[in-house]
Amino acid sequence: MAGFKGAVSVDTERCKGCGVCVVNCPMQVLGLAKEVNGKGYNYAYMAEPDKCIGCASCGIVCPDGVISVYKVKL
Amino acid sequence: MTVEDIIKPENLVYEKSKLLTSKPFHYCPGCGHGTIHRIIAEVIEELGIDEKTIGVSPVGCSVMAYDYFDVDFIEAAHGRATACATGIKRVWPDKVVFSYQGDGDLAAIGTCETIHTCNRGENITMIFVNNGIYGMTGGQMAPTTLEGMKTATTPYGRKATLPAGAGFDGIPNNGYPLHITELIARLPGTKYVTRQAVYDPAHVRKAKAAIKKAFENQINGKSGVNFVEIVSNCNSNWKMDPVKANQWLVENMLPEYPLGDIKVDGKIVEK
Repeated sequence: MAGFKGAVSVDTERCKGCGVCVVNCPMQVLGLAKEVNGKGYNYAYMAEPDKCIGCASCGIVCPDGVISVYKVKL
Repeated sequence: MTVEDIIKPENLVYEKSKLLTSKPFHYCPGCGHGTIHRIIAEVIEELGIDEKTIGVSPVGCSVMAYDYFDVDFIEAAHGRATACATGIKRVWPDKVVFSYQGDGDLAAIGTCETIHTCNRGENITMIFVNNGIYGMTGGQMAPTTLEGMKTATTPYGRKATLPAGAGFDGIPNNGYPLHITELIARLPGTKYVTRQAVYDPAHVRKAKAAIKKAFENQINGKSGVNFVEIVSNCNSNWKMDPVKANQWLVENMLPEYPLGDIKVDGKIVEK
C-alpha cells in the first residue's frame, strides 16, 4: 500500500512545552518529554515515531515555530 | 526506515518561515501571538513582498513584534497604530502596510483611530488579535471581555449592569462586550472584514487564507481597509493551561464572537 511516512524535528531549546501540538496530532505521535530544556520546559518529542504520517498539523499549530516536518513517500 | 533517514533537507514539508528572525518569542507558552506571527510571515513570504512591507506594532504583549519579523517595522504610540499606518501608506502608496494590534490597543485606547481609519477607507491591512483581556498589564478587563468573565478588575465577573437589590437594579456597570469588528463592517470604508481563530490546524489554515486575502486586496486595490480579527487565547491571565485555554476559547469566546467572513468585497455577508 502506498503511504507516507513522516518525522518531525523539534528545536528543544526553543520549545516551551505548551502541549498544543500533542493534542492536535491526529496520530498521537507526540508527547512531552520527562526531561526539561535549559528554560525548564518539558519539550515536545516524538513518543511514537512509527505512527507519524508527516501531515504537519503540529508544525502549523506550534505557537513558537519550533517544529520542522519531514515526509517521504513509501 | 528510521527517523534519521527521513529527516533530510530534501524531505522537508514544513518549517518556520524564513521571514521570522532567530530570536525566540517572549510570549507565554501556547500564546496565539506566536502562531499569528508565523502565519503573517508565511503570507508575506508567499506573496514575495518582504522588500516592500512595513508593519506597525502596537503597545501590548506584541509590542516587540519588530524583533521577530525580518521586514521593516515601526512602533506606534498606544492605540495609534492605524494612524501611523495611514501616514506611511499615504507617503508610500506602493508599500504594503499592515498594523498588528491587540484588543486593548485597537478596541480600547485606539477606538477613535480604528473607527476613523476605517471610515476614511485607507488602503491598509489591519490584524486584530482579540483575547478578551489586557494580557501585558496583568489581566484587567478589556472592552471585549465576556460578560461574567473574571479578570483582575472584575473579580466577581464582568457585569453589564449592577446586580438587583438595594435599588441599583439596571444601573450601568461594566458594559457589554464590544463587537468592534461588526461595528466597523458597517462603515463604507471597509472592504474585507473577517473573524478567524488559531486554536487548531484547520482554523490556522483558514486564518492564513484570510490574511493572504487581506494582503492581496491591499496590493490590488486602491482604497478600503482589510480587517482580520483573530480570536486568540491568553492562558496566563485566564489562569488555565494552554490546552484548556483553547477549549475554553471554543466553548465561551466563539459563541460571543462567531467566526467567518463579515464583509467581502465591500458587501456585508448575510447569514
